[in-house]
Amino acid sequence: MSKFREKEKRGMPALSTSSLPDIIFMLLFFFMAVTTMKEVTYKVRIAPPSATELQKLENKSLVRYIYVGSPLREYRDQYGTTSRIQLNDQFADVSEIETYITNERSAMKEEDQNVMTVSINADKDTRMGIISDIKQALRRAYALKINYQASSRASY
Amino acid sequence: MSKISRKVEDINASSMADISFLLLIFFLVTTSMNTSMGLQRRLPEPLPPDHQPQDVDIKKRNLFVVKINSLNQLLVQGEEGWDIRDLKEKAKEFILNERNESHLPEKVLREFETLGPMEFTRDHVISVQNDVDTQYQAYIDVQNELIAAYNELRNELAQAKFGKLYDELEEQQQKDIRTVFPQNISEAEPKNYGGVR
Repeated sequence: MSKFREKEKRGMPALSTSSLPDIIFMLLFFFMAVTTMKEVTYKVRIAPPSATELQKLENKSLVRYIYVGSPLREYRDQYGTTSRIQLNDQFADVSEIETYITNERSAMKEEDQNVMTVSINADKDTRMGIISDIKQALRRAYALKINYQASSRASY
Repeated sequence: MSKISRKVEDINASSMADISFLLLIFFLVTTSMNTSMGLQRRLPEPLPPDHQPQDVDIKKRNLFVVKINSLNQLLVQGEEGWDIRDLKEKAKEFILNERNESHLPEKVLREFETLGPMEFTRDHVISVQNDVDTQYQAYIDVQNELIAAYNELRNELAQAKFGKLYDELEEQQQKDIRTVFPQNISEAEPKNYGGVR
């Protein structure tokens, strides 16, 4: 018995953690590969509508987003609760869309300008009036490729 | 001399894990994983400013009108009380016009490179009209059902002719099928029911 006790007192060899960084780095690279940087911080509440015939949005660098929804609670005092448009990081008016799109397009490479897509990211309770206004503005700005963002669901 | 020959101490690398954890958490917070999905559509070209909106002469039998009112109710071909679930079948029947009926769009015969001779409803137009107060979800639902109708028709034709799904076909075959079933979904200008495509 005494022999056993003597051995224990010498202590366990330390568990080698030298491969832990490698594992974490692997996780890190995985997340770097599959995720994308957040586009903007939302100032409007967006619960996307659901649909079944979805297509993936390809080539994110060619996509510009228009957000539509009712302002988040911290902006309610200033902007009210009716649906508002958000471009980049700020609220905007329908009349600003045309300039925004034109500016964004001229900042792109020439060969990419024709394939620019505008993604309308709107809340499902938005009224169509504002969406129609946006569509007319996009038509005037010659941004004809559009995409209604939606989440997927099983059919009825 | 005995001091030099002693083994070099290992560098303590235990904080490496902490550093990489920090990086990992930073990326988890600043990035998002959402893959954007959506319905692709193409808007009609803008009218020249001096252009007077005129009624495009579309024969009545070639036109399939879906109206959505402010209470999200459907009016399909002038009939009230349609359920969104039945819209797809109705649209498919309209686009296909299998029995060549006189109230459904007229068919045109054309020779295709990959499909051979095909009769199809070349001039049909589906018109979606919505009210200012229509809910966005209802509008997307209608768009979705119409796109679904086209996708199903394309897949059915692809299966019948080539035994594959539309997505698996070669480019020329896809192009021909697209000509047979183009997505002619017109969106009328909101207040002008003249319907310029």
